[in-house]
Amino acid sequence: MLLKEIVQKLDLKVFTPEIDVERDVKDGYASDLLSDVMGGAKEGEIWITLQTHKNIVAVASLKDLAAIILVKGFEPDTDTKEAAVAEGIPLLGTESGAFELSGRLYNLFK
Amino acid sequence: MLSEFKIEGGDFTRAGYASSQIKKILKNLNVSPDVVKRVVVALYEAEVNIVAHAFKGVIVADISNSGIKLVLEDEGPGIPDIGMAMTKGYSTASQTVREMGFGAGMGLPNIKDNADRFEIVSEVGKGTRLSIEIDFL
Repeated sequence: MLLKEIVQKLDLKVFTPEIDVERDVKDGYASDLLSDVMGGAKEGEIWITLQTHKNIVAVASLKDLAAIILVKGFEPDTDTKEAAVAEGIPLLGTESGAFELSGRLYNLFK
Repeated sequence: MLSEFKIEGGDFTRAGYASSQIKKILKNLNVSPDVVKRVVVALYEAEVNIVAHAFKGVIVADISNSGIKLVLEDEGPGIPDIGMAMTKGYSTASQTVREMGFGAGMGLPNIKDNADRFEIVSEVGKGTRLSIEIDFL
């Protein structure tokens, strides 16, 4: 599914309008532990987390993740946004919690 | 081919830099994506361990036709019980580091899972030396 569709269907906020959202998303991964994401997430997945610091971009970029969704209205730190633009990782946001958002995303992929 | 990176303890803003550079080098060498993925996971975890636990460290990456050898040497507190440190879920990371989503006790197991050969030597009060080898074939 295209990231663009996910952004529209889940009404996500886009923190990085500089980055195009025409990329393909294969699946989702929800976790706030960076080592868990390093060990478990797969290329092309979209990552749901409440972590907002710059290291999430490094992890997403190293794992070739499709994008990051910040939950519960959290906003990325300024240097997180800068790093995301530099690495080409779309940063998105939602007011929903991880549980609700994961469910809605899961249903899109069903 | 040898590459060297210096790591400062506590500087999370640069954590992942060495992993990102090595990833680029391996991609340019057309190393298989599955191998690149394993190298990246192992090296990132090892890099973060130095940032989270040590005062400073050096990473030396030796890339040959047959594989990559990563040696990470730090000056730091050392690991009193390596067996415990290798246990999934065991961590001595600070509260601040844990709140960032690190220190879940998955780092060393992640390294071991992704390495073909893995060695860890540590001296309490001095530092730790990790050797990670991953074959290309």
